[in-house]
Amino acid sequence: MKTDTIIDGSEASLKNFLHTLPGVDQVGAQARAAMLGTRSVKNAAKAHAIDLAISMVDLTTLEGADTPGKVRALCTKGLRPDPTDSSVPRVGAICVYNDMVGVARQHLDAIGGHDLPIAAVTTAFPSGRASMPVKIQDTQDAIASGATEIDMVIDRGAFLAGRYGKVFDEIKIIKDICVERAHLKVILETGELVTYDNVRKASYIAMLAGADFIKTSTGKVSPAATAPVVLVMLEAVRDFYAMSGIKIGVKAAGGIRTTKDAIKQLVLVNETAGPQWLTPDLFRIGASALLNDLLMQRMKMRDGRYASPQYVTID
Amino acid sequence: MSTFDYAPAPESRAIVSIDSAYGLFINGKFVPGKTHFPAINPATGEKLSKISQASTADVNKAVSSARNAYQKTWSKMPPAERAKYLYRIARILQERAREFAVLETLDNGKPIRESRDVDIPLVAAHFFYHAGWADKLQYAGCGDNPKPHGVVGAIIPWNFPLLMLAWKIAPALATGNTIVLKPAETTSLTALLFAQVCQQAELPAGVVNILTGDGKVGAALVNHPDVDKIAFTGSTDVGKTIARSVAHSGKSLTLELGGKGANIIFEDAAIDEAVEGIVNGIFFNQGHVCCAGSRLLVQEGIHDEVLDKLKRRMSQIRLGDPMDKNTDIGAINSSEQLAKIKELSAAGIREGGESWSPECALPDKGFWFPPTIFTGVTQAHRIAREEIFGPVLSVLTFRTPQEAMEKANNTPFGLSAGIWSEKGSRILWAAKHLQAGVIWANTFNKFDPTSPFGGYKESGWGREGGRHGLGAYFKGGNHD
Repeated sequence: MKTDTIIDGSEASLKNFLHTLPGVDQVGAQARAAMLGTRSVKNAAKAHAIDLAISMVDLTTLEGADTPGKVRALCTKGLRPDPTDSSVPRVGAICVYNDMVGVARQHLDAIGGHDLPIAAVTTAFPSGRASMPVKIQDTQDAIASGATEIDMVIDRGAFLAGRYGKVFDEIKIIKDICVERAHLKVILETGELVTYDNVRKASYIAMLAGADFIKTSTGKVSPAATAPVVLVMLEAVRDFYAMSGIKIGVKAAGGIRTTKDAIKQLVLVNETAGPQWLTPDLFRIGASALLNDLLMQRMKMRDGRYASPQYVTID
Repeated sequence: MSTFDYAPAPESRAIVSIDSAYGLFINGKFVPGKTHFPAINPATGEKLSKISQASTADVNKAVSSARNAYQKTWSKMPPAERAKYLYRIARILQERAREFAVLETLDNGKPIRESRDVDIPLVAAHFFYHAGWADKLQYAGCGDNPKPHGVVGAIIPWNFPLLMLAWKIAPALATGNTIVLKPAETTSLTALLFAQVCQQAELPAGVVNILTGDGKVGAALVNHPDVDKIAFTGSTDVGKTIARSVAHSGKSLTLELGGKGANIIFEDAAIDEAVEGIVNGIFFNQGHVCCAGSRLLVQEGIHDEVLDKLKRRMSQIRLGDPMDKNTDIGAINSSEQLAKIKELSAAGIREGGESWSPECALPDKGFWFPPTIFTGVTQAHRIAREEIFGPVLSVLTFRTPQEAMEKANNTPFGLSAGIWSEKGSRILWAAKHLQAGVIWANTFNKFDPTSPFGGYKESGWGREGGRHGLGAYFKGGNHD
């Protein structure tokens, strides 16, 4: 792996590397994100952006109340978001808890969605407060049940205590389990890291440890995928690509509920990491309610008027 | 998937109605001029209207109406009443903000995003701020009962037409002066719309007079014996001429002139935000900013990294139709200014500077210049010394903080500087050593009515804005 030239795997070399990263000026990062929020995306550009956003949605249910019925409904919706319009693209993935992966896989295979990815949240999601064997078992279970993407959480406690090596090692162990079987998304839970400097550092730890994606949040902590946080993470993947030649994806999750929010995310991607990141392979939006707003805006673009919410399916 | 692009998102111009010809605003009324010159949209070359050229007789009339209004109305009015008019003007400006933004963009060529998000909100803020001062002037630090000059003659430039108008009119009126203002020849329209706002606010006749025309009008105003104070914003050359004219006349004078601001990037800076600050420092308003960060001083150790990131960022700048909400860089204001930028850029290339611009198609009509950086520039290059007033950045390097200070101060100007460092002690140290009226730390080109603005050396005399700016409008106040 080419990152061997950046760090040698020891905690000391990791810390040395993190020390070389420039800081993030909070005011400046927020101002840049706010400015990009004023971009106006209309007409054909908006129609294109809506379809692109749909194809990037990781359609998610992560509730204690999740049942096989709920998960099957979600899978059906993800495969054909609008049953009346086959031109609507399918979503990027279905995202569920570990024990629902089997249900989702079976149902998707039955309805012709065998290649729709299933993401499972693991490593004692959302807090990550469990022993390493538990986290390993959690991940192995998910993959064994048919998950093709693993959304793991980092140990924020270790990060905030300055034990970057522990954070790194955990990601590396999970990566070794995933390798060649599942894509690894590493959730930083930026709402608990608080500062943009921490977001940048955690992004690099995850990328160096082998993440395929870095992901903002679990969706259980607020704030989540704010524009400046996503901006800082997009800068990290852009700069990491320049130094290593490896393209890492970004997943913005939590708080993105409207088409407007989603399009602002796409603008951030376009003007920060660049247009080559505008693919479901490199950018995802973790959401549940967002999909219906995208569908309603799509109907509005198509028909010229807003439809009642009853014209989109609730799940 | 096709590429993600932004469809054109033009702001509607239906909100403004531009008259076919405009008169001069004297004593509360529009008076037709005898001769006219065209108002041009610099982005298209389209003729927007005809503007009156004021004559010497018009200048006399305007000054005497201002004198009359000063003596009979404005100086007699209780300060709290003056404040009400300023508040009223501020509120009308906010209500009509979209109209002013569109008109400013059509007349000046700046992007609608900037006129909408920067110029017009600052204009309203300036009137609100000074409205608050009008009945509290004994706390301005100029004595218990500071006295206004009387009649102010103001001459303003074309880069921030309405904002520069606000910088003059708001403090002049708040302190009890009346005013005759001449906007720049190429950007008269928002000043004339402001005259309509004065009518709408029922401001007493003669308190604000607006005379359009060329430099001859400005000269007549400067030399008029019944003008008590001159406030000028513009080029250093014209500023020197005005200073000579005003010398020994007893007139008070403030000058806000040119600059060659140093934007200093230390190696411990937050690089991504510093790159944004460089872009904002020189490409904001097409670089038509007196306090632009037109000299980039970057520490040698991070030169390549900063330049790589800057070039990448510049490749994303969207140049084009100023009315498009997604445009970052609009048109150069006039063919004369475009010629100056081209001349100085050509000199930069002749002197061995290396010029770089991102690929960007320039529109066929109108006046345009691509965002440009010059690398390999030294203190001895003309492009490192002369104000270019366009989207052209000179890149210089330094080795130590001391060297950065020496280079930053090695200029006849002293208007602005920017410091980029994550180290607080370095920022404070540098701010102490820089000879510039405005110093930004980890930001650039940020303005606020509460903050004084002005220069050292050839960048001018006096301050505008804040408590310091009020002094210029009192007898015996600062800089008198």
